[in-house]
Amino acid sequence: MALDRKIAYINLTTGDVEIKPIPLEMRKKFIGGRGMDAYLLYNHAPKGCDPIGPENPMIVSGGLLTATCASATARTHVMAKSPLTGLLGSCNMGGFFAPEMAWAGFHHLVITGKADKPVYLWIHNGEIEIRDAGHLWGKNSTDVQWAIRDELDDEEVKSMVIGQAGENLVTYACVMTGIKNAGGRTGLGCVMGSKNLKAVAVRGTMDIKIAHPVDALEHNKKFIDQITGAKVNQIQGALGTPFIWGATNCWGGVRTRNFQYNQMEYADEIEPEAIDDYATETMGPHHMTGCFGCQVHCRAQYKIQSGLYKGKYDEGPEYTSLGAFGAEPDCKSIETVLTGNHLVNQYGVDNLEIGSMIAWAMELYELGILTSKETEGLDLRFGNDEALLQMVHNICTRTGWLGNVLADGGIPAAEKIGKNAFDYLIQVKGMNNLHSDERATPGLALNIATASRGSDHLRSRPAIDLYHLPEPVLRKIYSSPVPYDGPLSSEHTEYIGKPWQVFWQENVYMAVDCLGICKYHTVFLGATLPNFEDWPEVIYYNTGLEFTPKEIWDAAERCNNLERLFNLREGLTRNDPQKGDTLNHRYFDEPCRRGAPDVIGKRIDRDKFNVMIDEFYEHHGWDNDGVPTSETLTRLGLENEPTRLL
Amino acid sequence: MDKFLTVDADKCTGCRLCEQVCSVMHEGVSNPAKSRIQVVKWEQEGIYIPVICKQCEDAPCMNVCPVRAISRDPDFGFVKVDHEVCIGCRSCVGICPFGAMGYNDTTHQVFKCDLCGGDPQCVRFCEVNALEYVSADRVSSQKKRKGAARQSAAERQAVALG
Repeated sequence: MALDRKIAYINLTTGDVEIKPIPLEMRKKFIGGRGMDAYLLYNHAPKGCDPIGPENPMIVSGGLLTATCASATARTHVMAKSPLTGLLGSCNMGGFFAPEMAWAGFHHLVITGKADKPVYLWIHNGEIEIRDAGHLWGKNSTDVQWAIRDELDDEEVKSMVIGQAGENLVTYACVMTGIKNAGGRTGLGCVMGSKNLKAVAVRGTMDIKIAHPVDALEHNKKFIDQITGAKVNQIQGALGTPFIWGATNCWGGVRTRNFQYNQMEYADEIEPEAIDDYATETMGPHHMTGCFGCQVHCRAQYKIQSGLYKGKYDEGPEYTSLGAFGAEPDCKSIETVLTGNHLVNQYGVDNLEIGSMIAWAMELYELGILTSKETEGLDLRFGNDEALLQMVHNICTRTGWLGNVLADGGIPAAEKIGKNAFDYLIQVKGMNNLHSDERATPGLALNIATASRGSDHLRSRPAIDLYHLPEPVLRKIYSSPVPYDGPLSSEHTEYIGKPWQVFWQENVYMAVDCLGICKYHTVFLGATLPNFEDWPEVIYYNTGLEFTPKEIWDAAERCNNLERLFNLREGLTRNDPQKGDTLNHRYFDEPCRRGAPDVIGKRIDRDKFNVMIDEFYEHHGWDNDGVPTSETLTRLGLENEPTRLL
Repeated sequence: MDKFLTVDADKCTGCRLCEQVCSVMHEGVSNPAKSRIQVVKWEQEGIYIPVICKQCEDAPCMNVCPVRAISRDPDFGFVKVDHEVCIGCRSCVGICPFGAMGYNDTTHQVFKCDLCGGDPQCVRFCEVNALEYVSADRVSSQKKRKGAARQSAAERQAVALG
């Protein structure tokens, strides 16, 4: 059965729209979602293009399984060259957008050019229209969605939008859908803003054919039981991602005060259980919400109970918001965390990046690198809740000298601030890290140093490394579908075997991103969750396509290499402190000051780290500079890229 | 014993898996527009309400049908449409007070919940039990208990206030 799936090319400068089918052989090579997006980006982005110029293509997609009868196929993937890093821009969000886009007839959109005035796209049952958005410009990320529904007179319309941060070209602005689903990382909301594109609205009532409906339904039940059977997902379903906050902090893995500490004092005050107490009416096991078709329901709902934003409804906060508005600026108030979370959702900005940027500015302020002259009188010390929230406003609206500078992203800001501000910026490839501390976990440190979109935990983190699983269990997981008989260690403070684990995870995460399913449905936080062995059946029953586990692995590796080729083309070199596979010097020079006995005093050993990078490259078939060898490219069928088949 | 499909909207997480499995079960395709159940949402307030046929005793769809194509299934008690008889006038779609009668624009036929012949898939897949398929004698027992608990709590509060 041929998949009846389409790709649309939309040029906002000319208004031209071209619709093509997606050939099956492309599915075999790049599966769909993020993998296919990587192909499209490598083929459509001119080398060295300006990330906020009209030639930068913005690619929006659902995965191969999106909107089928598989579990949790809600993920929308967006790719472009990043205005934050100048390298690969890639983000992924839950909600209901991608399935609706699929029912509207499209699995991939390639948006190029720049509209001469604000517009939005209206995609409805196979048709694409560019509509005026002058009256929508300036609206926050939720108001614009409701306004579009009113205008189109359909409550079922789903929109991917930008808030004011994207309009103001904050380089880490998000794309948003629903209340809080954010394609948060690498600033693709800024790319959307640069194209004068306020929203992509979709609505569809077209069929997604299921190859073997009865089997697909039965298999989905089995799959869901496997997913909801995992303890980690049950807890996640009650508390959301902050469930891990308490344990991580006690242990000493929460980045605090811009990496000066690895543990927040009095963190109990912002734990999810405390938020539960604070917002009794709006939180708890039955006040969770889920993305399309997902039974994990990890998003909490709350109403702010006090302060300026009292009564405002929102979703979250995720772990990242506890880090961004709790640990990093060292603020201990639930009201501040929930308000900060609400503000970033409304403005449409990456909570992780903005929290890190403000914490960085706070440290610079305390060191005297920034003074009250630059902050225009704002007392930007750690623990100042008001200053923190004020800076969120200032950055998103580009108000004041500092707000405007920080809105440009870490590396440009460091240049403008001068002195040794860059030394304190906890970034990889120009993007700040999750609010976690990897000095006691070399495997996790290798992950953030080498992640293709810059410092990030969702590209290759071997999170199960922290569970001290017995070696035979690790070997069972990590030696399939390709054999691995090298070293593996259950000890998270070790360096040996970690490069393979990171390599393996990189392929697993690429595969789920290609399929369009959520990372909580694979080996991320739970070792028993599905991976390569479990996917061939679900793909076959839903699409009729036959893949072996090894073929999925190969496709994932191929797509990861395409992302690597893109990064290399745009200037990545191994040891470049701004664009390389490196870490901030603090990882190597400053030991952890707090935490459990296996954490305190730990830092990353520079030599051992370099050996890990060597090994990591070797597993990939990359040379010592991290460049894929010609044998590797031939093995993966990438020797002729770009081939412009799509 | 008659069984009913009950909805507890407080428990619904709004994931719409019920819509997905319903359309696959009945139509062999994934398409919420063809699902017998639909989750109506007020996202601004986080309120999600699954809407499905109530299999009314005095069913307006059955009453309005000019050709008597709609009848009650003797075994499971659900209200069903005989497509051999149906003339496609859509009177039933217009009159249903719940919007639970749908119209399939591919087959040009009306459609409604048939409780999957006694094993409703929406119930089977709903892990949070927002949907349940219960016998008539239990249909209100949980609601009674909840209501009584609220009443008792209110009374205790009133006593405490003196």
